[in-house]
Amino acid sequence: MNQRRWNWHLWVGFLVCLVGFASFPFFARFPFTRDVPWANFLLFAVGGVVSFLGLKRAFGQPQQYRGKIAGPILGTLSLLALGFFCFIVFYMTKQLPVSSGAPRVGQKAPEFVLPDTNSNPVSLASLLSGPRSNSQAPPKGVLLVFYRGYW
Amino acid sequence: MGVRPVAISVDTPEMSRDLCRKAGYTYTFLSDPKAEVIRRYDLLHPGAGASGQDIARPAEFLLDSSGVICWVNLTEDYRVRARPEQIIEAAKALK
Repeated sequence: MNQRRWNWHLWVGFLVCLVGFASFPFFARFPFTRDVPWANFLLFAVGGVVSFLGLKRAFGQPQQYRGKIAGPILGTLSLLALGFFCFIVFYMTKQLPVSSGAPRVGQKAPEFVLPDTNSNPVSLASLLSGPRSNSQAPPKGVLLVFYRGYW
Repeated sequence: MGVRPVAISVDTPEMSRDLCRKAGYTYTFLSDPKAEVIRRYDLLHPGAGASGQDIARPAEFLLDSSGVICWVNLTEDYRVRARPEQIIEAAKALK
């Protein structure tokens, strides 16, 4: 009769690594955990240690614990998740155009007219000189934020 | 602060309106679906949209009341954007 115990370390370690990967959209909401994704790497590290303990059991005490097949498979998947995560944060998100022709400090921002959310045309000149909604005074300045959008 | 924030992307006015309604944004959102202004500012990121559209790379410009640029942030990693405190610090120099 097979009395070997379930090697939960392997599964918990794998699960923690998956959470480490999948939680990036959550941690990316806060600059503190976004610019350097340390929270995700911490989860990968915890998952890695737990997986390692599970593998040690599976191969060190095979009479007592299961996992000689599942362990290496789950470990490989965890490493692949870590590799893919590193690829995203250290390579993919840095593939940006240089934008050497972008307007520089001291230059006048090029004029434009674009539709707002009600499809009314809005010019940069009107943004600079027009009154702000909560006061009659024109703004001290305008912050143009170009963003990727949601398409 | 007296600074007017203006968000610009390739999203259509309808999409930006939905975003504002859902997220509660009240500042100005402008649409540049053909990326004409984005090109003029040399901020085009060709083919970077979900299905290969040309979109804007993230960038922030602070202009004084005469329209002259007094602070720019061109990130090298689109995960990393300007933080509010950086912009507030730059806006302190405005008169």
